Amino acid sequence: MSTVLQLLGYELRNVFRNRWLIVYTLLFLVLTDALFRFGGSGSRVILSLTNVVLALIPLVSIVFGTMYLYHAREFIELMLAQPVGRRSLFAGLYGGLAVPLAMSFLLGVGLPFAWHGGVAGNATGFAILLGAGVLLTLVFTALAFVVALRFQDRAMGLGAAILVWLMAAVLYDGLLLLAITWFRDYPVEKPILVATLLNPVDLGRVLLLLQFDLSALMGYTGAVFERFFGSRTGTLVSLAALLAWTAVPLAGGMRRFMRKDW
Amino acid sequence: MSHATTAPAALRISGVAKRFGKLQVLESVDSVLPEGRVTAIVGPNAAGKSTLIKCVLGLVRPDAGRIEVFGEPVGTDPAYRARIGYMPQGAPFPENLTGHEVLRLVRSLRPGVTEVDDDLVHRFALGPELGKPIRTLSGGTRQKLNAVVAFLFRPSLVILDEPTAGLDPLASSILKEKVQEATDRGVTVLLTSHIMSEIEALASEVLFLVEGKVHFQGTMEQLRRTTGEQRLEHAVARLMRARVA
Repeated sequence: MSTVLQLLGYELRNVFRNRWLIVYTLLFLVLTDALFRFGGSGSRVILSLTNVVLALIPLVSIVFGTMYLYHAREFIELMLAQPVGRRSLFAGLYGGLAVPLAMSFLLGVGLPFAWHGGVAGNATGFAILLGAGVLLTLVFTALAFVVALRFQDRAMGLGAAILVWLMAAVLYDGLLLLAITWFRDYPVEKPILVATLLNPVDLGRVLLLLQFDLSALMGYTGAVFERFFGSRTGTLVSLAALLAWTAVPLAGGMRRFMRKDW
Repeated sequence: MSHATTAPAALRISGVAKRFGKLQVLESVDSVLPEGRVTAIVGPNAAGKSTLIKCVLGLVRPDAGRIEVFGEPVGTDPAYRARIGYMPQGAPFPENLTGHEVLRLVRSLRPGVTEVDDDLVHRFALGPELGKPIRTLSGGTRQKLNAVVAFLFRPSLVILDEPTAGLDPLASSILKEKVQEATDRGVTVLLTSHIMSEIEALASEVLFLVEGKVHFQGTMEQLRRTTGEQRLEHAVARLMRARVA
């Protein structure tokens, strides 16, 4: 365990000093601040940030994570030539990527909320926004490990990372809508429900929109979710599904990491 | 090869095979590295030199065979690597850490070790560079740090992959001295290099690998006698031609 913490400590230092991570933090900072200046109230800023969080966090987490892992390949080999177990190194690497990415988001969004006093009256919504952002970071960082360990070639890996993001954040909902129109004469609520559970970005959306009672506004999936679960159960189910979305890719990535020939 | 059976073995490789997809990279490699000597792995490109080293380090898991480092089998327990110092190609340290942080990082991975050998830091006059982030260091300076890490824990087995690549002549001679001193103390060294004069200066044993098979293993003297060539470059060239013919 102490080896994991040592590795994590140095990974954190390395990643926190990364230029792109600083840019990522500033992006959230400037955007959130600007939304406060133009839009005003905390609840409206949270709503505006929803779509940014749902698209940007998965994109940055998976692309930054994949690139970082390709870049660190020889360093990983050097570490594995030390008296270090593969499991420890994997844990250190995952923590060293996910923690700085999550912290960047928390700071970038949290600070403007603090100095504009936007949390008062919106505490639950704000907490859910931060929670969904952190969970999506964990999910897509785990997916970055799967992608980077699956493809030897870094151009292929980057392509696959972008494709995963495109599928989850953009194409999935379109395909779902298409399916709904095709099968409109059949009862499709239950399959749609299942389909939502299968996409982490949709889960994040459900989590956020159930909170605002705007689910009907933001697409079919939210509406179905609300009708079947009601707010509280829906929140818990989507939360659990997001955790599963972290655990399963992480276990898969770890398995590959343990077996891989470097 | 007579002494190889009498001297205690630092490294014992038996029947090691590895296939990547369709490519049989190593084909039943047997080799014993006598303790306290410098062995150079020589061979054409894609002969399996790096794969063999990676098998010893546990980075690549062989399909068949067994490797022992000072009697400890290479397997899932990483503890045997505490006695190995490794100098990989290209000095791949995290860009945003400083030299000091890199040294502290590798030290933290061996919590039992209190005393280290940082004599190379002084000999390379590396002190002032250690406070700077790795990304600002030149290739040569990184390679010096790489050498420091390899010798830091007084390893019993040192594995050097193209060690003098990127080093200036002075630094390169300092490193060769260090290798010499280490072997005088009984340290075993495994070396790969494209520079034949370097191998001639350092190594007393040669392991000649072609297409994943050991084609020759013995002392430099035996190699000269077998091939009738005095210079290593010619001897190796002769071995390679003999294989083709």
